[in-house]
Amino acid sequence: MTERILPAELEKQRQQILSARDASRPVILVCGGTGCRSQESGQVAESFRNAIHDQGLDAKVELKTTGCHGFCEQGPLVVIHPEKLVYTHVKPKDVKTIISETILNGKVVDRLLYTDPITEKKIVHEDEIPFYKQQTRVLLKNSGAIDPEKIEDYLVSGGYKAVSKALFEMNPDLVMEEVKKANLRGRGGAGFPAAIKWELCRKEIADQRYIICNADEGDPGAFQDRGIIEGNPHSILEGMILGAYAIGASKGFIYIRHEYPLAVNMIKKAILQAREYGFLGDNILGSDFSFDVEVQLGAGAFVCGEETAMMASIEGRVGEPRTRPPYPAQSGLWGKPTNINNVKTWAWIPHIINNGADWFASIGNDKNRGTMIFSLVGKINNTGLVEVPMGISIRELIEGIGGGVPKGKKVKAVQTGGPSGGCIPESLFDLPMDYDSLRDAGSIMGSGGVIVMDEDTCMVDTARYFLEFCKFESCGKCSACREGVKRMWEIVDYIARGYGEEGDLEVLEELANAVKIGSLCGLGQTAPNPVLTTLKYFRDEYEAHIRDKKCPAGVCKALITFEIIDPECTGCTLCARYCPVEAISGEKGKLHVIDESICIRCGVCRDVCNFNAVVVR
Amino acid sequence: MAIDIIKVETIIEDHAQNENDLIQAMLAIQEEFHYLPPEALEKISAQLNVPMIRIYQVAAFYKVFKLEPRGKHIITVCNGTACHVRGSNMLVDQVDRVLKIAPGETTEDQEFTLEEVSCLGCCAIAPVLTIDDKRYGNMSVSKVERVIKKSVEKEAVADD
Repeated sequence: MTERILPAELEKQRQQILSARDASRPVILVCGGTGCRSQESGQVAESFRNAIHDQGLDAKVELKTTGCHGFCEQGPLVVIHPEKLVYTHVKPKDVKTIISETILNGKVVDRLLYTDPITEKKIVHEDEIPFYKQQTRVLLKNSGAIDPEKIEDYLVSGGYKAVSKALFEMNPDLVMEEVKKANLRGRGGAGFPAAIKWELCRKEIADQRYIICNADEGDPGAFQDRGIIEGNPHSILEGMILGAYAIGASKGFIYIRHEYPLAVNMIKKAILQAREYGFLGDNILGSDFSFDVEVQLGAGAFVCGEETAMMASIEGRVGEPRTRPPYPAQSGLWGKPTNINNVKTWAWIPHIINNGADWFASIGNDKNRGTMIFSLVGKINNTGLVEVPMGISIRELIEGIGGGVPKGKKVKAVQTGGPSGGCIPESLFDLPMDYDSLRDAGSIMGSGGVIVMDEDTCMVDTARYFLEFCKFESCGKCSACREGVKRMWEIVDYIARGYGEEGDLEVLEELANAVKIGSLCGLGQTAPNPVLTTLKYFRDEYEAHIRDKKCPAGVCKALITFEIIDPECTGCTLCARYCPVEAISGEKGKLHVIDESICIRCGVCRDVCNFNAVVVR
Repeated sequence: MAIDIIKVETIIEDHAQNENDLIQAMLAIQEEFHYLPPEALEKISAQLNVPMIRIYQVAAFYKVFKLEPRGKHIITVCNGTACHVRGSNMLVDQVDRVLKIAPGETTEDQEFTLEEVSCLGCCAIAPVLTIDDKRYGNMSVSKVERVIKKSVEKEAVADD
């Protein structure tokens, strides 16, 4: 371990690292986020490393593996600084060309550029791509620009400046005051003001206080917390140090899903480096403030995202929520005052301390300040992580940044807030994306997952999906949630399978309200939301399932049949070869026929058909 | 199947100091053995001074913990919302057709276990299927058999 460094030395070190770097030297940034890694970006980075070494270019060009760039749809992504040239879908075999053309000759490789799907023009630079152009990237700014495994990269980008400012130019009250003035609302979903929670925790008289970073990102369809941890783990640590200083906590926990192995690895490395530099441990930067952090892995229980369940899990027990009060701020981990915030909330703190509450207030709208990170997924062209000011309309998000729905289909709804949220129909797309507007529409902001649904998405099936999720994840403590959600699932499942009866929807609504009232924690209280919103906005779809025994979107297997149509079918035999149950017959070059008595409605034939000859009836 | 008890002891020592770390110790054991062997649980009970009943309570509550041995390769189909919307249940059906195993089941030769997971957070490349540590994004029913075969072939090469 190195000697404790003092603030002045920290600044000196920062300058030293900076001056040792040549700003004009090209840097190749290969995205190493989970999305790109799944598409073999690891091999791309390896190829670059070998090529640079073999050609003796080590002094001429720098190679970095970074966190998520956000534009996962186009991965693996390679960005070349200082010009911020973007190459998409890069394969290991493209590496040679990039080195010889771009790095050595300053030429752009056209075929690897991003093509705007609307104008069909090739775009060279990152900030010219519509997906990035319309974003306000604060929390995600460094993710994709720095090497998350190097604390030096974070330091050069101004990292840990806020810690030295807080410890030596401010006091805990001033830090608290600044966050309060900023009116930062908790990014975990409920939007409770962070500073108020902090104050409650600090007010308690205790010999020990704890803070927790909630990185148990369980909402299916949301991965922004993972993105920040993988791309810029030190920003979370810095936020936690500042929060601990304001609250008077000496120990912090980061509760993270074990399903995120890369993120776990990154945060563990970051903690070791921060300790080495003296940002964590005893007498941080030579002050009399001491604080350290420990990582706790979750074990695959969605309910542990609820704060009291999470604390039970950290204590090594079964993660069942308990009644509040006492609130965690009064009696949390091992009975001590505890403050829990989401990853994004912690990551905001350094920015607020560095730039001030007024700067923060200038982003977003008055009640919903700052930016929010959304994970744009589902039936949308530009899937990925986007950071925008709070209050942007759903339409701007979907059609502007998201680039609309693929294959010319019509957008039907967006689902926000995961299993606790609801579906918002296209007619309400001018609503601003902020805590209050989404709540009024029957949904919630949640952790920022935005799942786009088009005309081929069945809302009954969607409701069934979320009920199934909650049924599976209910911890079983409250009977309203344990039994009620199961019964709701049964009713919706019956409807989807064609056994729906008149009166089902009324029972469903009654049950939904009972589950809401009778559950202890957020899981049960919000589990009926997907059903209630789909019933409110898409009641006709439910009715079509019940009365006409039809699934308008063509999803519910029991209510559809597949048919091959003439003259679209060319008799290419592809569908017959892929059919897993050999239900398709026909001669080569002639119209094929599906035997309905054998067909299992898996939809493979429709997937593989190149001529749109398979239709749903 | 006999397990290496010395290894178990080292894993527990590396990951747990007291009963608060029970879950962390169990995760580490499962990482090594793919399930929680009863001998290892007894060792945890003794080393951390936690009664067996509590260990089984934790094992039954958290979804990652498996008390039955699993196959050599774990096939996981992500069933997050994004994957669901893009047809992940068809992937599950296809694995079932290829290997004759439903979610939670293991092939007779103990080679493959099929599991579902709520969300892997790779929603942008949905639907996602993983075989052991390898993730396959933008999956389709027609690719399932190929990636399963590929995982077996790779192993054959490694064994040579």
